This record gives sequence, C-alpha cells and structure tokens, in this order.
Amino acid sequence: MTNPISPVKRPLLCPFNVITGIIILIGLPLTFMRFTGGLGAVANINDTNPWGIWIGFDLLTGVALAAGGYVTGAAVEIFGMKKYHAALRPALLTGFLGYSMVVFALLFDVGRPWRLPYMFIFPGTTSVMFEVGACVMVYLTVLFLEFCPVALEWLGLSKLRKPLIRIAIPLTILGVMLSTLHQSSLGAMFLIAPSKLHPLWYSSYIPVFFFVSSIAAGLSMVIFESSLSHRNFGDMMDETHQASRDTVTLGFGKAASIVLAGYFGIKVVGVAYGNHWNLLLTHYGLWFQLEMLGFVLLPCFLYAIGVRDKNVKLIRITALITVLGIALNRLNITLIAFNWHLPADERYFPHWMEIGITVFVVTVGLVIFRFIVTHMPIFFEHPDYKGSH
Amino acid sequence: MDKSKRKFIGLAAVAGVGAVVPKVAFPHEEFSGYPDGYGVLHDTNLCIGCRSCEAACNEVNGLPAPDQPFDDMSVLEKKRRTNHKTYTVVNEYKTSESPELPVFRKIQCNHCLEPACASACFVGAFTKTPEGAVVYNPSVCVGCRYCIIACPFNIPAYEYNEPLTPRVIKCTLCQPRVKEGKLPGCVEACPQEALIYGKRDNLIKIARERIRKYPDRYVDHIYGEHEVGGTSWLYLSGVPFDEIGLRTDLGNTPAPELTCGALAMVPIIVSLWPALLGGIYLTTKRKEKIAHHEKTTAVNDAIAKTQAEAAAKAKVAVEKAKKDKEFAIAREVKKALAEAAKQSGEEKK
Repeated sequence: MTNPISPVKRPLLCPFNVITGIIILIGLPLTFMRFTGGLGAVANINDTNPWGIWIGFDLLTGVALAAGGYVTGAAVEIFGMKKYHAALRPALLTGFLGYSMVVFALLFDVGRPWRLPYMFIFPGTTSVMFEVGACVMVYLTVLFLEFCPVALEWLGLSKLRKPLIRIAIPLTILGVMLSTLHQSSLGAMFLIAPSKLHPLWYSSYIPVFFFVSSIAAGLSMVIFESSLSHRNFGDMMDETHQASRDTVTLGFGKAASIVLAGYFGIKVVGVAYGNHWNLLLTHYGLWFQLEMLGFVLLPCFLYAIGVRDKNVKLIRITALITVLGIALNRLNITLIAFNWHLPADERYFPHWMEIGITVFVVTVGLVIFRFIVTHMPIFFEHPDYKGSH
Repeated sequence: MDKSKRKFIGLAAVAGVGAVVPKVAFPHEEFSGYPDGYGVLHDTNLCIGCRSCEAACNEVNGLPAPDQPFDDMSVLEKKRRTNHKTYTVVNEYKTSESPELPVFRKIQCNHCLEPACASACFVGAFTKTPEGAVVYNPSVCVGCRYCIIACPFNIPAYEYNEPLTPRVIKCTLCQPRVKEGKLPGCVEACPQEALIYGKRDNLIKIARERIRKYPDRYVDHIYGEHEVGGTSWLYLSGVPFDEIGLRTDLGNTPAPELTCGALAMVPIIVSLWPALLGGIYLTTKRKEKIAHHEKTTAVNDAIAKTQAEAAAKAKVAVEKAKKDKEFAIAREVKKALAEAAKQSGEEKK
C-alpha cells in the first residue's frame, strides 16, 4: 500500500495558474458577448464564410489531435502491444478532454446550441454532419466510460469500477469504429462543396485522407503530450511509466513514420486521380506542396531517422512538426483553400475575440488536464489496483 | 447496366434523396425533380435593373427596411449578395461584348431540384416541396450553417447578430402566396416580364423557343436546366453566363450524389469493424496464450534438463570421490605396508 510516487507541492499562485486565470477572466466576458450579441458580435464569420476558426481549429483540428485515444486503445487493447500500456491512460484522458473541448467550442459556434439534441429527434440522415454529430456524441460517452475507472479509483469506488474494466475491450472496439466514422466524415463534409474547395484539397478520397492523417495526428500527439508531461508532471509518474517513456516514443515514432508514408502516398494518388499536376506550380499549388513536403514527407523521414538513431529528442520535435502539419491541413481545407476563388475582400480572417474564445476553450481544457493528472492515477498505477487492468 | 449496379444506384438514390422526397416507393435510377413543379424563368435580356422585384420581395415578405431605398440605383455600382435582410438582389454586370450596355441579373435562391442545403441539413430543416420551393423550417434549425457551406450559389444568409433565435434567411419562392393562388412577389412586380412563373417543364419550352427564334440574342443554353441536377429557377442570357455571375463550372451532379458514396460506407464500417477488430483481438489473445504456454513449457523443460544434468554430474562426482577415497586408502595401506616392511628390515639388521 505504499504510494508509488512522491508529488511535489504545487502552490496556488504558480505561473501556470496565474496565466490560465487571466485567460479565463478574459474569456468570460467574451462568452457573455457571444451569447448576448450573437455570433457576429465576436466573430468575423459572415454569409459567404459561415465557418471560421471555431470549426477549422477547435472542431476539425481538435478532433484530429484527440485521436490519440483510439489509436493507443487499438494498439494496446486490440493489437496487444502491452509495452505501450503506460501510454494508454494519458492518451485516453487527452482524447476525452479533447472531445469535451470540441463540444464545448461547438456551443459557441452553433447558433442555438441548446438544440443540439434535436439531431436525435429530427435526424437528417442524408447529412454527413448528422454522422459527425451522432458519432462525436456517442464517442464522447465511450471516452467518458473509458475514463471513469480513473476517477473511480481516485474516489475509491472499486465496486463501480469493476464492471467498467470488464467492458474495456468492447468499449475500445466501439471507440475505434466511431472514430473511423467521424474522423473520415469530418473530411466527407466537404464533399458537398466541390465548387468552393480548391481542387488540390478537394478529392473524393478526402474521407480516407482525414482518417489516415488522424492516425498520424493521434500517434504524434501521444509523443508530444508525453514529452510535455514528463517535463511538468514527472513527479506524478511511477517507475513503470518513467521506464516505458522511450519505448513509447520510439514505437509510436516508428508507427507515425509508416503512417505518414502511407498518407503521402494516398495524397499523391489524390492529385493523380484528379489529374491536377498542372496546379502544383500555382500559388495554391506551392502552398499545397509546402504542406505535403514540409509537414508530411519531412516528418516521415525525420521520424524514420529518429527511430534508427534512437534519437528521442528528434522524434519529439518531429511530433510537433506533424501536429502543426495536421492543423495546417485542417485549416487549409476549412479556411485557406476554401472559397479560394473569391477576391481577397470577400475572404475570412479571424477576429481577435474569435481567437480569444479559442484560446479560452483550450485553456479550460489544460486546467482540467492539470487537475486530473495531479490528482488521479494517470501517470501511475493506483496502489490498490496494481496490475488489474 | 447490370442488375447489381442498378440496385446500388437505386439504394444511393434512396440514401441521397430520401429525406428530400418523401414516399419514394420505387426509387428511380435518376431523380429529375417533381414532374409538376413550378419555377421562374429569368430572361436577363429583358431585365432593366429597376429593382422593383427587390422592393416587392421586401414588402410581401415583411422584411426589415433596406439600408438604402429601393429607388436608389447607386447600390448597383457594387456587387451585392443576399443577406439577413434581403431574399433577393439585382446586380449589374459590365460584359465584354457591350461594356457600355450593362446586363442585370436577379439573384435569389435557385430552388434546386435536389437541394444541397436540404441534403446537408442534419435536422432536416429544408424541404423541397412538390410545388417547387425549397422551404426552411426555423423551428428545428440548430444553426450549424452547413447549408451555407453546401450551397453552390452562395445564397442562404444567417442572422449573425441575433443572440438567441438566429435563423437562416433565404427566398421561399413565395410559398405562402403560391398556396393562396398568387404569384411570387417579384414576378408580379416585374414591369418587363423578365420573370415568368410557371411549370418548370413549360418554362424550359418557352426558353428553348426564345433561343430558337432569336439565336443571335441568346446564348444557346438554359442555365439551371441541368446545373447541379437542375434548378427551379432558370436563366436566359445574351452573354456567357459566367460574365453575369453564374458559375459555369458547377457541373450537373446533384449535391446528394456527392456525399452518398461516403455515407454508404457508414453501415459497412458499423457492421464490419466489430468483426474485424474483434477478430484481431482474439487472434492477438490466442497468440499471447500460445506464447505463454510455449514459454512455460520451455522453462519447465529447461528446469528439468538442468536438474537431470546436475543430478548426473553429482553422481559422477560422488563416484569419483568414492574412487579417490578407495585409491587413497589403498595408497595409504601400501605406504603403511612399505613402511612396516622397511622397519622390520632395519630391525633384522
């Protein structure tokens, strides 16, 4: 019954709390403005550009970066890669909080958020958005159930925890299924707008592109998140977690390299299928090449080199490049290469208050993450439940 | 076309059009709109840009007062679009053929036969009525604005400054007036008959007739007959359509067909993934079990072997020790005898 960790004391007035506190204090009046003045009071979205960064970043990038949960779940629980077990709980937590923040951000973006449950009362089954909405809602529930044992161990409610551990495998399978569906559907949402999305990004394969890139995003986020956590919450980690740190980084780096190679391949197929080679040297084409070469092919090679040389530092930097690349891709599709044919004065650029709300949402997520990892058994096994999951 | 392919297209049509067209008992291979649907033919050659239609639309629909009065023609200098206060606007276009003689075109919802907005809406807030209009139901709208993303004509607008009850705003083809037997406001107000309301099939015949009679005045194309699967609003023009702000690169594919392939994958993944992933899980588990079994067997074998070897070694060692002992005894005896013999010899001397 000895505690496997020795946490350091975290004072209330530490820089983290001060900075996040200020951001949240700015976010609250912005929230008030949004719900008293309407979307137009804080956001630059308009009739021609109805979606801004709340969709491009908070929803699309957020969901892609929260893919670590299902990717790690599949690796550990389904493919039996037990050596990555220590990465599972942090990944599930990141996934759960990531999706929670996505839904939280959606409450700002949709016109009448209290009507979101309407999708189950008046289902518009011809809509890709329906699939996205339904899957995200169900998946959020699955992630909640997957996360529950952590909270129950912390609260000492072992009777409630037991049945949840028993259904871990079906939950993981359900999670992978739902993720396959909505990760790809987020891309499929743009299938309906071939006249608005630049042909280099528009492809009938876009659902596959989104799904495959979400795997790379999930793997990279696990590596990236683990390097940050080791720096900030090293004291919360037990020996097993500390020891498996490089195993996870090297293993996930290798997988990410392979996935990125496959992703690059299918993206080339996409250009070839549309026969859009002639567009590659236009302005948008060069931007597309930057995304493909600088943020897909480059990290693919860097990951491979990092794994070969067992260079953990290089792998971590590469994870950051990949994460930025995924964000770039999602922003290209929703904002930068969307409405590309319109003159500059009809294009969208975010308002500072829009960015403010996005930062606010991310900050709320970070604060909850910090609370959970400094209180609940995420980076260490609870002494009462050692080896029981 | 083989039977299975036809069946697939039929299913795709159900998936795509199902919500738009209620009660399709036997889906057609191709849906080409309600047979008796109405529409409007806009002959841009006749339009003089007087904005009477805008004024009438504003009045009959009880829309908010415009920023500038409807008789202020200076608004035509700027490119305008529909917004939360206007269902329709008239724009002026300078064309390549006659720069001094502008062409006017009225902009409003084109009331697609297979509307992108209706296909995109996840709560089914849009309905294509048999009369022809695409109508919006604000009582279910969540406000995701995916309809605005989906619309190829950039028509739906949104009440961005409405905090609690924002609605999508777009032309209704005066559905309430049509039900009362009246003409749409804009059509009734047009002094030039640049707008004709009628059955879409008849409008197409009229348009063809005009093109046939005056081939030098019209481009040989009815915009909206086939674009994005056809629209209830049709256009005639004397200049290329892209010069009067109508995109000619939209293609003829109806919006639902663009997404039905991806949506058709949903039931496949739902039914296949549990089997596939469950299978992988069980295979992995079995592999682990076999590996565990092999490991325990190997360890047991190794232990047994080592034990046997050790026993054999010990036996050899024991025997060797026994022999050594016997040899030592024999040697000692011999030594003692020799000593004794030596002693007795010395005594004899």
